[in-house]
Amino acid sequence: MYTEEEKKKIEAEYREWKEKVYNKSFERLPPRLERFSTVSDMEVPELCTPADIPDFDYERDLGFPGCYPFTRGVQATMYRGRLWTMRQFAGFGTCFDTNKRYKYLLENGQTGLSVAFHYPTLMGYDSDHPRSRGEVGKCGVAIDSLEDMEILFDGIPLDKVTTSMTINGPASVLLAMYIAVAEKQGVKQDQIGGTIQNDILKEYIAQKSWIFPPEPSMRLIVNTVEYCTKHVPRWNTISISGYHIREAGSTAVQELAFTLADGIGYVQACMDAGLDVDAFAKRFSFFFNAHIDFFEEIAKYRAARRMWAKIMKNRFGAKKEESWKLRFHTQTAGCTLTAQQPFNNVVRTTIEAMAAVLGGTQSLHTNSMDETLALPTEQAVTVALRTQQIIAEESGIANVIDPLAGSYFVEYLTNKMEEEAFKYINRIDEMGGIIKAIEAGYPQREISDAAYHYQRQLEKGEKVVVGVNKYVMKEDIKIPILKIGEDVEEIQKERLRKLRQRRDNNKVQKCLKELRGAATTNENLMYYILDCVKAYCTLGEIMGTLREVFGEYKDPGII
Amino acid sequence: MGKVVRILMAKPGLDGHDRGVKVVARALRDAGFEVIYTGLHQTPEMIVNTAIQEDVDCIGLSIMSGAHNVLMPAVVNLLKEKGAEDIIVFGGGIIPDDDLEFLYKSGVKKIFTPGASIQEIVDWVRENVKPH
Repeated sequence: MYTEEEKKKIEAEYREWKEKVYNKSFERLPPRLERFSTVSDMEVPELCTPADIPDFDYERDLGFPGCYPFTRGVQATMYRGRLWTMRQFAGFGTCFDTNKRYKYLLENGQTGLSVAFHYPTLMGYDSDHPRSRGEVGKCGVAIDSLEDMEILFDGIPLDKVTTSMTINGPASVLLAMYIAVAEKQGVKQDQIGGTIQNDILKEYIAQKSWIFPPEPSMRLIVNTVEYCTKHVPRWNTISISGYHIREAGSTAVQELAFTLADGIGYVQACMDAGLDVDAFAKRFSFFFNAHIDFFEEIAKYRAARRMWAKIMKNRFGAKKEESWKLRFHTQTAGCTLTAQQPFNNVVRTTIEAMAAVLGGTQSLHTNSMDETLALPTEQAVTVALRTQQIIAEESGIANVIDPLAGSYFVEYLTNKMEEEAFKYINRIDEMGGIIKAIEAGYPQREISDAAYHYQRQLEKGEKVVVGVNKYVMKEDIKIPILKIGEDVEEIQKERLRKLRQRRDNNKVQKCLKELRGAATTNENLMYYILDCVKAYCTLGEIMGTLREVFGEYKDPGII
Repeated sequence: MGKVVRILMAKPGLDGHDRGVKVVARALRDAGFEVIYTGLHQTPEMIVNTAIQEDVDCIGLSIMSGAHNVLMPAVVNLLKEKGAEDIIVFGGGIIPDDDLEFLYKSGVKKIFTPGASIQEIVDWVRENVKPH
């Protein structure tokens, strides 16, 4: 802390240094770049001093780990108590293939599971639907029914492992399947732990795997939140995600702002439905990207925690500390990886993972070096997992809590991120909230503009990607690639055909009919979906029934 | 002034990764071409119908999900069936080198793989697509 007088003195000295020493040096040798900026094109000063954080107040702006406003971390002990969860996103082919990969990852020290579903599941179609042609098992594991989920988690004790499921439109159905599998293992629903992404707003904004229009989608989300609050208390009901927003080309500030704006949308929707904020908010978690600009990312995570704490406390009047905490998962940025000189991707991922850890993440996925080419091979995944283990257990980074606090630059950048992100949030409030903003195409257009701006910078050489627009090599590096055969589609179709023959189809029809009836009322649909799932209705049948009632969302096609 | 090349940029299949297709669409538009974007989640039938209705000279397909070996040839074949094989098909996305030969044999004229610059794409269209 500095007195006014001291601050003025530092400022004056800084100006003098800049003029007489710094600028003078450039008379002989000009600066390396005309303009220094982050990967998001936020201008970066050459040096920060106490004058750049003039109102800095330790108690107010940082506080202590585990204490409001949580800038320094949500847990008091951070990684001295327990390391972050190492959670590699995985799924491909059939449930048999993926079950094997999960067992391999768990045997190698991974501490949580994360399910990648193939596109038909994400979009609510069965593998034998005409729209699923060519997509089965490609981008994730094919899950059509409870039977597939039983095999996916075969031999994996659901009372010991937590599972994150990247699923949005059909999140309620996959959650119901997970609960049903646990029951069959003899694990009660109040003992299971995990996450469903269940974040439809960022689907409209960025990831684009939507099914229904916003209103019924929000209703399903509120239904799952209400259900879990009552019956599955250890379940993270929404993973409010900036990851996809960033991958779609947003800046760091936009990622931060749109993610928190989505969070505000969900809290508001649940409160409007009469739920008590302190009962459900503690089970909202977040999911951010770890992009390549090291300090910008660290500042983003720190700002996110401080902003969410303020939003929950002041805007929504949450009383419990647990409701104020922003807990988050991080994934390193897929879009920073290059097909050229793919071994360099290990280095990029390491830098990004370090930013996530220095930013205080609760769990982490590190990308594999081959992910610009295909789904990762076992060998590539192992290097990615080892990257985390080296950071955790060799580098010393995890020994001290929030070591970058107090850095003039990091605190300056943290303030700047917060300030700029709140400007976006205010703008969205003025538009009538996030759903109105999405309907107006506002976040979509902002992201598109940023993506195009970056691409142009890249082509002009203003931004560098090693191996792509600088240090290019003639190369013929062959790295092994995981290929998903077209036979997966046939296998899955055949399994579905047999299931449809074997199950009690009268019961299936009855459950679907009841679901359809409930969808036209205000009832909580989770109970009906659970009945459907247990009767082995397929995902496509359940979502198809709801499609008939709710309709579909269509891409506005904003360029 | 000659006619301007008309391009349909399309996203077949279920994958929602539209950053690439939008950046390319904008770049082609900025380069002076007429560009129509289909939006997401299109079937090959929808794409071919739009292409014929809009009387385009070429179609750019963007696929990130791994379904390219099925969906790209499907578009080419449908164009043939409808007597519209003069419409040139090119594509891009996460496409392994090993698949290129198959796609070129299926009638796709050009594939841009990760790292391709938008300038390369603009130059290719300028050289290889003529208004009909």
